[in-house]
Amino acid sequence: MARRSVLEGGRVAYTILILTALISVLPLYWTTVIASHSNNEMARTPPPFWPNANIFHNIRLALDQAPIMKSLVNSLIVSSCIALGTTLFCTLSGFAFAKLNFRGRRSLMAFTIATICVPTQLSIIPLFILVAKLHWVNHLQAVILPTLVSAFGVFFMRQFLVQAVPTELLEAGWVDGASTFRIFRSIVLPIARPAMAVLAMLTFLMAWNDFFWPIVALTTQNPTVQVALAGLGTGYVPQQSIIMAGTLVGTVPVLIVFAILGRQIVGGIMQGAIKG
Amino acid sequence: MTVTTRPPTAAEQATPGPSSRRPRRRRRSALGSRAAYAYVAPFFVLFAAFSLYPFIYTAWVSLHEVNLSNPDQMKWTGFGNYTKLLHNEFFWNALKNTITIGIISTVPQLCMALGLAHLLNYKLRGRMFFRVAMLMPFATSIVASTLIFAQLFGRDYGLLNWVLQEVGLHRIDWTSGHWTSQIAISAIVTWRWTGFNTLIYLAGMQSIPTDLYEASTIDGASRWQQFRHVTIPGLRATIMFTVVISTIGATQLFGEPLLFAGDGKTTGGASHQFQTLGLLMYQQGWTNFHLGQAAATAWMIFLVIIIVVLINAGLARGRTRGET
Repeated sequence: MARRSVLEGGRVAYTILILTALISVLPLYWTTVIASHSNNEMARTPPPFWPNANIFHNIRLALDQAPIMKSLVNSLIVSSCIALGTTLFCTLSGFAFAKLNFRGRRSLMAFTIATICVPTQLSIIPLFILVAKLHWVNHLQAVILPTLVSAFGVFFMRQFLVQAVPTELLEAGWVDGASTFRIFRSIVLPIARPAMAVLAMLTFLMAWNDFFWPIVALTTQNPTVQVALAGLGTGYVPQQSIIMAGTLVGTVPVLIVFAILGRQIVGGIMQGAIKG
Repeated sequence: MTVTTRPPTAAEQATPGPSSRRPRRRRRSALGSRAAYAYVAPFFVLFAAFSLYPFIYTAWVSLHEVNLSNPDQMKWTGFGNYTKLLHNEFFWNALKNTITIGIISTVPQLCMALGLAHLLNYKLRGRMFFRVAMLMPFATSIVASTLIFAQLFGRDYGLLNWVLQEVGLHRIDWTSGHWTSQIAISAIVTWRWTGFNTLIYLAGMQSIPTDLYEASTIDGASRWQQFRHVTIPGLRATIMFTVVISTIGATQLFGEPLLFAGDGKTTGGASHQFQTLGLLMYQQGWTNFHLGQAAATAWMIFLVIIIVVLINAGLARGRTRGET
Protein backbone atom coordinates (compact mmCIF):
# COMPACT_ATOMS: atom_id res chain seq x y z
CA MET A 1 0.00 0.00 0.00
CA ALA A 2 2.77 2.37 0.94
CA ARG A 3 4.34 1.66 -2.40
CA ARG A 4 1.28 2.70 -4.32
CA SER A 5 1.09 6.05 -2.56
CA VAL A 6 4.69 6.75 -3.54
CA LEU A 7 4.50 5.76 -7.15
CA GLU A 8 0.96 6.73 -8.10
CA GLY A 9 0.81 9.78 -10.34
CA GLY A 10 -1.16 12.69 -8.94
CA ARG A 11 -3.39 15.20 -10.67
CA VAL A 12 -0.46 17.57 -11.23
CA ALA A 13 1.47 14.82 -13.00
CA TYR A 14 -1.45 14.15 -15.36
CA THR A 15 -1.95 17.85 -16.10
CA ILE A 16 1.70 18.41 -16.99
CA LEU A 17 1.87 15.26 -19.10
CA ILE A 18 -1.31 16.08 -21.00
CA LEU A 19 0.01 19.58 -21.66
CA THR A 20 3.29 18.15 -22.93
CA ALA A 21 1.47 15.71 -25.19
CA LEU A 22 -0.58 18.64 -26.54
CA ILE A 23 2.53 20.73 -27.21
CA SER A 24 4.06 17.75 -28.99
CA VAL A 25 1.12 17.35 -31.33
CA LEU A 26 -0.24 20.92 -31.62
CA PRO A 27 2.26 22.18 -34.24
CA LEU A 28 1.26 19.27 -36.48
CA TYR A 29 -2.41 20.10 -36.03
CA TRP A 30 -1.74 23.76 -36.71
CA THR A 31 -0.10 22.75 -39.98
CA THR A 32 -3.45 21.36 -41.16
CA VAL A 33 -5.12 24.66 -40.17
CA ILE A 34 -2.64 26.79 -42.15
CA ALA A 35 -2.82 24.35 -45.05
CA SER A 36 -6.57 25.03 -45.28
CA HIS A 37 -6.50 28.82 -45.26
CA SER A 38 -5.10 31.64 -47.37
CA ASN A 39 -2.67 34.22 -45.97
CA ASN A 40 -5.49 36.74 -45.62
CA GLU A 41 -7.67 34.35 -43.68
CA MET A 42 -4.80 33.52 -41.34
CA ALA A 43 -4.19 37.23 -40.70
CA ARG A 44 -7.66 37.71 -39.20
CA THR A 45 -8.14 38.11 -35.46
CA PRO A 46 -8.91 35.66 -34.10
CA PRO A 47 -7.32 33.34 -36.69
CA PRO A 48 -9.28 30.27 -37.83
CA PHE A 49 -8.81 27.28 -35.55
CA TRP A 50 -10.11 24.43 -37.71
CA PRO A 51 -8.95 22.85 -40.94
CA ASN A 52 -11.42 22.61 -43.82
CA ALA A 53 -11.83 21.00 -47.23
CA ASN A 54 -9.65 23.63 -48.95
CA ILE A 55 -6.74 21.59 -47.74
CA PHE A 56 -7.21 19.14 -50.63
CA HIS A 57 -7.13 21.94 -53.18
CA ASN A 58 -3.95 23.28 -51.59
CA ILE A 59 -2.37 19.84 -51.54
CA ARG A 60 -3.00 19.63 -55.28
CA LEU A 61 -1.34 23.03 -55.76
CA ALA A 62 1.63 21.89 -53.67
CA LEU A 63 2.02 18.76 -55.77
CA ASP A 64 2.18 20.98 -58.86
CA GLN A 65 4.81 23.22 -57.26
CA ALA A 66 7.21 20.53 -56.06
CA PRO A 67 7.88 16.91 -57.10
CA ILE A 68 6.55 15.58 -53.81
CA MET A 69 5.09 12.33 -55.13
CA LYS A 70 8.36 11.45 -56.83
CA SER A 71 10.23 12.38 -53.66
CA LEU A 72 8.03 10.06 -51.58
CA VAL A 73 8.91 7.14 -53.84
CA ASN A 74 12.60 8.13 -53.77
CA SER A 75 12.60 8.39 -49.98
CA LEU A 76 10.92 5.02 -49.68
CA ILE A 77 13.62 3.43 -51.87
CA VAL A 78 16.49 5.22 -50.14
CA SER A 79 15.28 4.62 -46.59
CA SER A 80 14.44 0.95 -47.20
CA CYS A 81 17.85 0.23 -48.73
CA ILE A 82 19.63 2.02 -45.89
CA ALA A 83 17.53 0.30 -43.21
CA LEU A 84 18.08 -3.17 -44.72
CA GLY A 85 21.80 -2.68 -45.33
CA THR A 86 22.52 -1.10 -41.98
CA THR A 87 20.61 -3.79 -40.09
CA LEU A 88 22.35 -6.60 -41.93
CA PHE A 89 25.89 -5.22 -41.66
CA CYS A 90 25.45 -4.09 -38.07
CA THR A 91 24.07 -7.49 -37.02
CA LEU A 92 27.02 -9.25 -38.64
CA SER A 93 29.64 -7.11 -36.95
CA GLY A 94 27.62 -6.82 -33.73
CA PHE A 95 27.69 -10.63 -33.54
CA ALA A 96 31.44 -10.74 -34.11
CA PHE A 97 32.06 -8.09 -31.45
CA ALA A 98 29.75 -9.81 -28.99
CA LYS A 99 30.62 -13.48 -29.36
CA LEU A 100 33.71 -14.10 -31.47
CA ASN A 101 37.23 -13.73 -30.28
CA PHE A 102 39.64 -12.04 -32.62
CA ARG A 103 42.70 -9.90 -32.44
CA GLY A 104 41.97 -6.20 -32.08
CA ARG A 105 38.38 -6.75 -31.05
CA ARG A 106 38.49 -4.34 -28.17
CA SER A 107 40.33 -1.53 -29.96
CA LEU A 108 38.13 -1.83 -33.05
CA MET A 109 35.01 -1.55 -30.87
CA ALA A 110 36.38 1.48 -29.01
CA PHE A 111 37.30 3.03 -32.35
CA THR A 112 33.78 2.44 -33.66
CA ILE A 113 32.21 4.13 -30.63
CA ALA A 114 34.60 7.08 -30.85
CA THR A 115 33.48 7.78 -34.43
CA ILE A 116 30.09 8.88 -33.10
CA CYS A 117 31.84 12.17 -32.21
CA VAL A 118 32.84 12.85 -35.82
CA PRO A 119 30.48 15.45 -37.35
CA THR A 120 28.80 14.98 -40.72
CA GLN A 121 30.54 18.13 -41.90
CA LEU A 122 33.88 16.31 -41.91
CA SER A 123 32.86 13.80 -44.55
CA ILE A 124 30.74 15.88 -46.86
CA ILE A 125 33.40 17.59 -49.02
CA PRO A 126 35.33 14.47 -50.12
CA LEU A 127 32.09 12.57 -50.58
CA PHE A 128 30.79 15.31 -52.82
CA ILE A 129 34.01 15.30 -54.87
CA LEU A 130 33.80 11.51 -55.15
CA VAL A 131 30.15 11.53 -56.13
CA ALA A 132 30.76 14.25 -58.70
CA LYS A 133 33.60 12.23 -60.25
CA LEU A 134 31.40 9.16 -60.50
CA HIS A 135 28.63 11.32 -62.04
CA TRP A 136 26.32 10.25 -59.23
CA VAL A 137 25.03 13.70 -58.35
CA ASN A 138 21.24 13.51 -58.43
CA HIS A 139 21.30 9.70 -58.36
CA LEU A 140 19.86 7.86 -55.38
CA GLN A 141 22.89 5.62 -54.88
CA ALA A 142 24.84 8.75 -53.93
CA VAL A 143 22.64 9.01 -50.84
CA ILE A 144 22.30 5.29 -50.13
CA LEU A 145 25.90 4.06 -50.24
CA PRO A 146 27.58 6.46 -47.78
CA THR A 147 24.78 5.98 -45.23
CA LEU A 148 24.80 2.19 -45.32
CA VAL A 149 26.54 1.65 -41.98
CA SER A 150 26.13 3.15 -38.54
CA ALA A 151 28.44 3.00 -35.56
CA PHE A 152 25.43 3.29 -33.28
CA GLY A 153 23.87 0.24 -34.97
CA VAL A 154 26.95 -1.91 -34.38
CA PHE A 155 27.00 -0.89 -30.74
CA PHE A 156 23.25 -1.47 -30.37
CA MET A 157 23.40 -4.99 -31.86
CA ARG A 158 26.51 -5.91 -29.86
CA GLN A 159 24.87 -4.88 -26.58
CA PHE A 160 21.79 -6.91 -27.42
CA LEU A 161 23.61 -10.04 -28.60
CA VAL A 162 26.05 -10.17 -25.67
CA GLN A 163 23.13 -10.80 -23.34
CA ALA A 164 20.56 -12.46 -25.56
CA VAL A 165 22.65 -15.24 -27.14
CA PRO A 166 23.88 -17.87 -24.67
CA THR A 167 27.49 -18.77 -25.45
CA GLU A 168 26.77 -22.40 -24.51
CA LEU A 169 24.35 -22.62 -27.40
CA LEU A 170 26.97 -21.42 -29.86
CA GLU A 171 29.47 -23.91 -28.46
CA ALA A 172 27.03 -26.75 -28.84
CA GLY A 173 26.72 -25.86 -32.51
CA TRP A 174 30.48 -25.58 -32.80
CA VAL A 175 30.98 -29.03 -31.23
CA ASP A 176 28.47 -30.49 -33.64
CA GLY A 177 30.72 -29.25 -36.40
CA ALA A 178 28.57 -26.42 -37.71
CA SER A 179 30.35 -23.59 -39.50
CA THR A 180 30.31 -20.12 -37.96
CA PHE A 181 28.01 -18.97 -40.71
CA ARG A 182 25.63 -21.84 -40.06
CA ILE A 183 25.63 -20.93 -36.35
CA PHE A 184 24.97 -17.32 -37.25
CA ARG A 185 22.09 -18.22 -39.51
CA SER A 186 20.31 -20.82 -37.42
CA ILE A 187 21.06 -19.67 -33.85
CA VAL A 188 21.98 -15.98 -33.80
CA LEU A 189 19.60 -14.59 -36.42
CA PRO A 190 16.37 -15.92 -34.86
CA ILE A 191 17.37 -14.56 -31.45
CA ALA A 192 18.47 -11.22 -32.90
CA ARG A 193 15.25 -10.64 -34.84
CA PRO A 194 13.46 -8.32 -32.38
CA ALA A 195 16.52 -6.09 -31.98
CA MET A 196 17.02 -6.09 -35.76
CA ALA A 197 13.44 -4.95 -36.22
CA VAL A 198 13.95 -2.05 -33.81
CA LEU A 199 17.24 -1.05 -35.46
CA ALA A 200 15.62 -1.23 -38.89
CA MET A 201 12.74 1.02 -37.79
CA LEU A 202 15.04 3.58 -36.18
CA THR A 203 17.39 3.57 -39.18
CA PHE A 204 14.48 3.96 -41.58
CA LEU A 205 13.22 6.96 -39.61
CA MET A 206 16.69 8.55 -39.48
CA ALA A 207 17.24 7.97 -43.21
CA TRP A 208 13.80 9.36 -44.05
CA ASN A 209 14.51 12.50 -42.04
CA ASP A 210 18.14 12.93 -43.08
CA PHE A 211 18.80 16.30 -44.69
CA PHE A 212 22.42 17.50 -44.81
CA TRP A 213 23.98 14.96 -47.16
CA PRO A 214 20.87 14.60 -49.40
CA ILE A 215 20.68 18.38 -49.96
CA VAL A 216 24.33 18.32 -51.05
CA ALA A 217 24.09 15.21 -53.24
CA LEU A 218 20.67 15.72 -54.79
CA THR A 219 18.73 18.57 -56.38
CA THR A 220 15.01 19.16 -56.63
CA GLN A 221 15.07 17.31 -59.98
CA ASN A 222 15.41 13.96 -58.23
CA PRO A 223 14.86 14.71 -54.54
CA THR A 224 14.14 12.85 -51.37
CA VAL A 225 11.19 14.14 -49.35
CA GLN A 226 13.34 16.46 -47.25
CA VAL A 227 15.06 17.98 -50.29
CA ALA A 228 11.72 18.51 -52.02
CA LEU A 229 10.20 20.15 -48.93
CA ALA A 230 13.24 22.37 -48.44
CA GLY A 231 12.90 23.46 -52.06
CA LEU A 232 9.23 24.20 -51.55
CA GLY A 233 9.88 26.11 -48.32
CA THR A 234 12.65 28.31 -49.71
CA GLY A 235 11.34 28.80 -53.22
CA TYR A 236 8.87 31.42 -54.35
CA VAL A 237 5.41 30.31 -53.24
CA PRO A 238 2.72 32.97 -52.91
CA GLN A 239 0.66 31.25 -50.22
CA GLN A 240 1.92 29.75 -46.97
CA SER A 241 -0.92 27.25 -47.18
CA ILE A 242 0.80 25.56 -50.13
CA ILE A 243 4.06 25.11 -48.23
CA MET A 244 2.19 23.66 -45.27
CA ALA A 245 0.08 21.39 -47.48
CA GLY A 246 3.26 20.04 -49.06
CA THR A 247 4.86 19.59 -45.64
CA LEU A 248 1.85 17.54 -44.58
CA VAL A 249 2.01 15.24 -47.61
CA GLY A 250 5.72 14.69 -47.02
CA THR A 251 5.40 14.11 -43.28
CA VAL A 252 2.11 12.36 -42.58
CA PRO A 253 3.00 8.97 -44.15
CA VAL A 254 5.97 8.47 -41.85
CA LEU A 255 4.00 9.77 -38.85
CA ILE A 256 1.23 7.22 -39.47
CA VAL A 257 3.76 4.41 -39.62
CA PHE A 258 5.34 5.82 -36.48
CA ALA A 259 2.00 5.92 -34.65
CA ILE A 260 1.38 2.27 -35.53
CA LEU A 261 4.86 1.10 -34.54
CA GLY A 262 5.26 3.68 -31.77
CA ARG A 263 5.18 1.13 -28.97
CA GLN A 264 8.05 -0.87 -30.49
CA ILE A 265 10.11 2.23 -31.28
CA VAL A 266 9.66 3.56 -27.75
CA GLY A 267 10.68 0.15 -26.40
CA GLY A 268 13.71 0.06 -28.67
CA ILE A 269 14.98 3.48 -27.66
CA MET A 270 14.57 2.66 -23.97
CA GLN A 271 16.23 -0.72 -24.41
CA GLY A 272 19.18 0.87 -26.16
CA ALA A 273 19.44 3.44 -23.39
CA ILE A 274 19.71 0.96 -20.53
CA LYS A 275 22.37 -1.05 -22.24
CA GLY A 276 24.23 2.00 -23.45
CA MET B 1 40.23 -27.65 -28.53
CA THR B 2 36.59 -28.02 -29.37
CA VAL B 3 36.35 -31.35 -27.58
CA THR B 4 37.87 -30.06 -24.35
CA THR B 5 35.50 -27.13 -24.12
CA ARG B 6 32.61 -29.16 -22.72
CA PRO B 7 34.01 -30.23 -19.32
CA PRO B 8 35.11 -26.72 -18.25
CA THR B 9 31.58 -25.51 -18.96
CA ALA B 10 30.14 -27.91 -16.44
CA ALA B 11 32.94 -27.18 -13.97
CA GLU B 12 32.33 -23.49 -14.32
CA GLN B 13 28.68 -23.84 -13.51
CA ALA B 14 29.56 -25.83 -10.41
CA THR B 15 32.06 -23.29 -9.12
CA PRO B 16 30.81 -19.78 -9.66
CA GLY B 17 32.91 -16.83 -8.63
CA PRO B 18 36.12 -15.25 -9.80
CA SER B 19 37.54 -18.55 -10.99
CA SER B 20 34.93 -18.71 -13.74
CA ARG B 21 36.68 -15.93 -15.63
CA ARG B 22 39.43 -17.96 -17.20
CA PRO B 23 37.43 -20.79 -18.72
CA ARG B 24 35.09 -18.28 -20.30
CA ARG B 25 37.91 -16.57 -22.11
CA ARG B 26 39.12 -19.88 -23.39
CA ARG B 27 35.66 -20.83 -24.54
CA ARG B 28 35.34 -17.67 -26.51
CA SER B 29 38.54 -18.28 -28.37
CA ALA B 30 37.08 -21.59 -29.42
CA LEU B 31 34.66 -19.69 -31.61
CA GLY B 32 36.17 -18.93 -34.98
CA SER B 33 38.77 -16.23 -34.84
CA ARG B 34 39.67 -15.78 -38.45
CA ALA B 35 36.04 -15.96 -39.54
CA ALA B 36 35.30 -12.99 -37.29
CA TYR B 37 37.04 -10.64 -39.71
CA ALA B 38 34.60 -11.64 -42.42
CA TYR B 39 31.75 -10.52 -40.18
CA VAL B 40 33.16 -7.10 -39.35
CA ALA B 41 34.53 -6.58 -42.86
CA PRO B 42 31.39 -5.16 -44.57
CA PHE B 43 31.02 -2.56 -41.85
CA PHE B 44 34.65 -1.52 -41.85
CA VAL B 45 35.04 -1.50 -45.63
CA LEU B 46 32.05 0.80 -46.03
CA PHE B 47 33.17 2.76 -43.01
CA ALA B 48 36.68 3.23 -44.37
CA ALA B 49 35.39 4.27 -47.78
CA PHE B 50 32.69 6.70 -46.69
CA SER B 51 33.80 7.94 -43.28
CA LEU B 52 37.49 7.37 -42.62
CA TYR B 53 38.83 8.31 -46.03
CA PRO B 54 36.67 11.46 -46.22
CA PHE B 55 37.73 12.36 -42.70
CA ILE B 56 41.41 12.40 -43.66
CA TYR B 57 40.82 13.83 -47.13
CA THR B 58 38.95 16.78 -45.58
CA ALA B 59 42.12 17.61 -43.66
CA TRP B 60 44.07 17.48 -46.93
CA VAL B 61 41.52 19.71 -48.71
CA SER B 62 41.64 22.19 -45.84
CA LEU B 63 45.31 22.84 -46.65
CA HIS B 64 44.50 23.83 -50.24
CA GLU B 65 42.62 26.35 -52.26
CA VAL B 66 39.93 24.34 -54.01
CA ASN B 67 36.98 25.52 -56.04
CA LEU B 68 33.73 23.56 -56.00
CA SER B 69 33.39 23.85 -59.79
CA ASN B 70 36.78 22.26 -60.38
CA PRO B 71 37.78 20.21 -57.34
CA ASP B 72 40.66 18.48 -59.18
CA GLN B 73 42.69 21.67 -59.22
CA MET B 74 44.17 22.05 -55.76
CA LYS B 75 46.54 24.84 -54.82
CA TRP B 76 48.62 24.31 -51.70
CA THR B 77 48.20 27.05 -49.09
CA GLY B 78 49.40 25.34 -45.93
CA PHE B 79 47.50 26.67 -42.97
CA GLY B 80 46.27 29.65 -44.99
CA ASN B 81 42.64 28.62 -44.73
CA TYR B 82 42.90 28.39 -40.97
CA THR B 83 44.59 31.77 -40.47
CA LYS B 84 42.00 33.30 -42.80
CA LEU B 85 39.29 31.70 -40.72
CA LEU B 86 40.68 33.01 -37.45
CA HIS B 87 40.69 36.53 -38.91
CA ASN B 88 37.17 36.16 -40.26
CA GLU B 89 34.58 37.96 -38.15
CA PHE B 90 31.84 35.67 -39.50
CA PHE B 91 33.66 32.64 -38.13
CA TRP B 92 33.71 34.13 -34.63
CA ASN B 93 30.12 35.23 -35.02
CA ALA B 94 29.08 31.71 -36.06
CA LEU B 95 31.04 30.17 -33.21
CA LYS B 96 29.34 32.49 -30.72
CA ASN B 97 25.91 31.73 -32.21
CA THR B 98 26.56 28.00 -32.12
CA ILE B 99 27.46 28.23 -28.44
CA THR B 100 24.52 30.41 -27.42
CA ILE B 101 21.96 28.44 -29.44
CA GLY B 102 23.54 25.27 -28.08
CA ILE B 103 23.05 26.43 -24.50
CA ILE B 104 19.52 27.82 -25.00
CA SER B 105 18.42 24.62 -26.72
CA THR B 106 20.19 22.00 -24.61
CA VAL B 107 19.91 23.15 -20.99
CA PRO B 108 16.12 23.72 -20.74
CA GLN B 109 15.52 20.67 -22.91
CA LEU B 110 17.42 18.28 -20.66
CA CYS B 111 15.94 19.78 -17.47
CA MET B 112 12.42 19.38 -18.85
CA ALA B 113 13.17 15.86 -20.02
CA LEU B 114 14.38 14.96 -16.54
CA GLY B 115 11.20 16.31 -14.94
CA LEU B 116 8.93 14.65 -17.48
CA ALA B 117 10.67 11.31 -17.10
CA HIS B 118 10.17 11.58 -13.35
CA LEU B 119 6.43 12.07 -13.92
CA LEU B 120 6.23 9.24 -16.46
CA ASN B 121 7.88 6.97 -13.91
CA TYR B 122 4.76 7.13 -11.72
CA LYS B 123 2.02 4.58 -12.11
CA LEU B 124 -0.11 6.16 -14.81
CA ARG B 125 -3.02 5.34 -17.00
CA GLY B 126 -2.25 5.55 -20.70
CA ARG B 127 1.47 5.88 -20.20
CA MET B 128 2.20 4.30 -23.57
CA PHE B 129 0.05 7.04 -25.12
CA PHE B 130 2.10 9.73 -23.38
CA ARG B 131 5.37 8.16 -24.47
CA VAL B 132 4.37 7.83 -28.11
CA ALA B 133 2.85 11.34 -28.19
CA MET B 134 6.05 12.82 -26.77
CA LEU B 135 8.12 11.05 -29.40
CA MET B 136 6.00 12.41 -32.28
CA PRO B 137 8.24 15.49 -32.72
CA PHE B 138 11.30 13.21 -32.95
CA ALA B 139 9.64 11.42 -35.87
CA THR B 140 8.98 14.76 -37.59
CA SER B 141 11.93 15.73 -39.79
CA ILE B 142 14.09 18.80 -39.22
CA VAL B 143 12.82 20.24 -42.49
CA ALA B 144 9.14 19.78 -41.68
CA SER B 145 9.41 21.01 -38.11
CA THR B 146 11.44 24.07 -39.13
CA LEU B 147 8.92 24.99 -41.84
CA ILE B 148 6.09 24.57 -39.31
CA PHE B 149 7.83 26.57 -36.59
CA ALA B 150 8.70 29.32 -39.07
CA GLN B 151 4.93 29.66 -39.44
CA LEU B 152 4.27 29.61 -35.69
CA PHE B 153 6.90 32.31 -35.21
CA GLY B 154 5.79 34.27 -38.28
CA ARG B 155 5.64 38.04 -37.91
CA ASP B 156 2.30 38.64 -39.62
CA TYR B 157 0.25 35.43 -39.38
CA GLY B 158 2.11 33.57 -36.66
CA LEU B 159 0.10 31.89 -33.90
CA LEU B 160 2.60 33.03 -31.28
CA ASN B 161 2.32 36.69 -32.17
CA TRP B 162 -1.46 36.40 -32.08
CA VAL B 163 -1.25 35.00 -28.55
CA LEU B 164 1.17 37.77 -27.52
CA GLN B 165 -1.21 40.37 -28.88
CA GLU B 166 -4.18 38.80 -27.07
CA VAL B 167 -2.27 38.92 -23.80
CA GLY B 168 -1.61 42.61 -24.44
CA LEU B 169 2.03 42.40 -25.51
CA HIS B 170 3.67 43.58 -28.71
CA ARG B 171 4.08 41.44 -31.80
CA ILE B 172 7.68 40.35 -32.25
CA ASP B 173 9.64 40.12 -35.48
CA TRP B 174 11.21 36.84 -34.40
CA THR B 175 13.44 36.25 -37.45
CA SER B 176 15.19 39.61 -37.55
CA GLY B 177 16.12 39.92 -33.88
CA HIS B 178 19.37 38.48 -32.55
CA TRP B 179 18.04 36.79 -29.43
CA THR B 180 14.49 36.24 -30.67
CA SER B 181 15.70 34.30 -33.72
CA GLN B 182 18.06 32.22 -31.61
CA ILE B 183 15.27 31.46 -29.14
CA ALA B 184 12.96 30.44 -31.98
CA ILE B 185 15.58 28.08 -33.44
CA SER B 186 16.27 26.65 -29.99
CA ALA B 187 12.54 26.07 -29.60
CA ILE B 188 12.59 23.85 -32.71
CA VAL B 189 15.49 21.80 -31.35
CA THR B 190 13.86 21.56 -27.92
CA TRP B 191 10.52 20.52 -29.39
CA ARG B 192 12.12 17.77 -31.49
CA TRP B 193 14.41 16.28 -28.85
CA THR B 194 12.76 16.65 -25.42
CA GLY B 195 10.61 13.52 -25.80
CA PHE B 196 13.57 11.45 -26.98
CA ASN B 197 15.69 12.43 -23.99
CA THR B 198 12.70 11.87 -21.68
CA LEU B 199 12.59 8.24 -22.80
CA ILE B 200 16.32 7.82 -22.25
CA TYR B 201 15.98 9.20 -18.70
CA LEU B 202 12.89 7.08 -18.06
CA ALA B 203 14.82 3.97 -19.04
CA GLY B 204 17.57 4.97 -16.64
CA MET B 205 15.08 5.62 -13.84
CA GLN B 206 13.44 2.25 -14.28
CA SER B 207 16.72 0.54 -13.61
CA ILE B 208 16.97 2.25 -10.20
CA PRO B 209 15.74 -0.32 -7.63
CA THR B 210 12.30 0.47 -6.15
CA ASP B 211 13.41 -0.39 -2.60
CA LEU B 212 15.48 2.79 -2.59
CA TYR B 213 12.27 4.77 -3.02
CA GLU B 214 10.42 2.68 -0.45
CA ALA B 215 13.21 3.09 2.09
CA SER B 216 13.31 6.85 1.55
CA THR B 217 9.52 7.05 1.98
CA ILE B 218 9.79 5.27 5.32
CA ASP B 219 12.44 7.81 6.28
CA GLY B 220 9.89 10.51 5.50
CA ALA B 221 11.43 11.91 2.35
CA SER B 222 9.24 14.14 0.21
CA ARG B 223 8.89 13.56 -3.54
CA TRP B 224 11.28 16.40 -4.26
CA GLN B 225 13.84 14.96 -1.84
CA GLN B 226 13.48 11.57 -3.50
CA PHE B 227 14.02 13.16 -6.88
CA ARG B 228 17.16 14.93 -5.68
CA HIS B 229 18.74 12.25 -3.53
CA VAL B 230 17.64 9.00 -5.18
CA THR B 231 16.80 9.70 -8.82
CA ILE B 232 19.52 12.15 -9.84
CA PRO B 233 22.47 10.18 -8.37
CA GLY B 234 21.13 7.00 -9.96
CA LEU B 235 21.03 8.68 -13.36
CA ARG B 236 24.53 10.15 -13.41
CA ALA B 237 25.81 8.01 -16.30
CA THR B 238 22.62 8.52 -18.31
CA ILE B 239 22.78 12.29 -17.83
CA MET B 240 26.40 12.29 -19.01
CA PHE B 241 25.37 10.37 -22.12
CA THR B 242 22.54 12.76 -23.03
CA VAL B 243 24.69 15.84 -22.40
CA VAL B 244 27.41 14.56 -24.72
CA ILE B 245 24.99 13.48 -27.45
CA SER B 246 23.03 16.78 -27.32
CA THR B 247 26.13 18.94 -27.40
CA ILE B 248 27.50 17.00 -30.36
CA GLY B 249 24.16 17.57 -32.10
CA ALA B 250 24.09 21.26 -31.18
CA THR B 251 27.60 21.82 -32.55
CA GLN B 252 26.54 20.51 -35.96
CA LEU B 253 23.28 22.47 -36.15
CA PHE B 254 22.57 23.17 -39.82
CA GLY B 255 19.08 22.48 -41.18
CA GLU B 256 17.16 24.60 -38.69
CA PRO B 257 19.06 27.88 -39.27
CA LEU B 258 19.16 27.27 -43.03
CA LEU B 259 15.40 26.85 -43.38
CA PHE B 260 14.26 29.16 -40.62
CA ALA B 261 15.35 32.15 -42.73
CA GLY B 262 12.68 31.20 -45.25
CA ASP B 263 14.52 32.58 -48.28
CA GLY B 264 17.02 29.77 -48.76
CA LYS B 265 19.95 32.08 -48.03
CA THR B 266 22.90 30.62 -46.17
CA THR B 267 23.82 33.75 -44.22
CA GLY B 268 21.59 32.90 -41.25
CA GLY B 269 19.59 36.11 -41.28
CA ALA B 270 20.29 39.56 -42.73
CA SER B 271 22.96 40.32 -40.13
CA HIS B 272 24.11 36.70 -39.70
CA GLN B 273 22.26 36.71 -36.37
CA PHE B 274 21.60 32.98 -36.40
CA GLN B 275 24.34 31.62 -38.64
CA THR B 276 25.86 28.56 -37.01
CA LEU B 277 29.21 26.91 -37.79
CA GLY B 278 27.43 24.17 -39.73
CA LEU B 279 25.65 26.76 -41.86
CA LEU B 280 28.82 28.84 -42.34
CA MET B 281 30.62 25.76 -43.63
CA TYR B 282 27.81 25.14 -46.11
CA GLN B 283 27.89 28.77 -47.21
CA GLN B 284 31.65 28.68 -47.80
CA GLY B 285 31.45 25.44 -49.77
CA TRP B 286 28.20 25.58 -51.66
CA THR B 287 27.37 29.27 -51.96
CA ASN B 288 30.89 30.70 -52.28
CA PHE B 289 32.48 27.55 -53.81
CA HIS B 290 35.53 27.68 -51.49
CA LEU B 291 35.88 24.03 -50.54
CA GLY B 292 39.22 24.60 -48.79
CA GLN B 293 37.68 27.18 -46.50
CA ALA B 294 34.71 24.91 -45.83
CA ALA B 295 37.04 22.00 -45.00
CA ALA B 296 38.93 24.17 -42.51
CA THR B 297 35.62 25.14 -40.88
CA ALA B 298 34.60 21.47 -40.71
CA TRP B 299 37.78 20.69 -38.82
CA MET B 300 37.11 23.58 -36.45
CA ILE B 301 33.66 22.09 -35.77
CA PHE B 302 35.34 18.79 -34.91
CA LEU B 303 37.76 20.63 -32.64
CA VAL B 304 34.86 22.29 -30.81
CA ILE B 305 33.19 18.89 -30.33
CA ILE B 306 36.38 17.40 -28.91
CA ILE B 307 36.77 20.31 -26.49
CA VAL B 308 33.14 20.00 -25.36
CA VAL B 309 33.42 16.23 -24.86
CA LEU B 310 36.65 16.65 -22.89
CA ILE B 311 35.08 19.32 -20.69
CA ASN B 312 32.13 17.02 -20.03
CA ALA B 313 34.40 14.11 -19.20
CA GLY B 314 36.43 16.34 -16.90
CA LEU B 315 33.34 17.60 -15.11
CA ALA B 316 32.02 14.07 -14.63
CA ARG B 317 35.34 12.87 -13.26
CA GLY B 318 35.65 15.84 -10.91
CA ARG B 319 32.15 15.23 -9.58
CA THR B 320 32.57 11.53 -8.89
CA ARG B 321 35.88 12.23 -7.18
CA GLY B 322 34.21 14.84 -5.02
CA GLU B 323 31.63 12.29 -3.91
CA THR B 324 33.85 9.42 -2.94
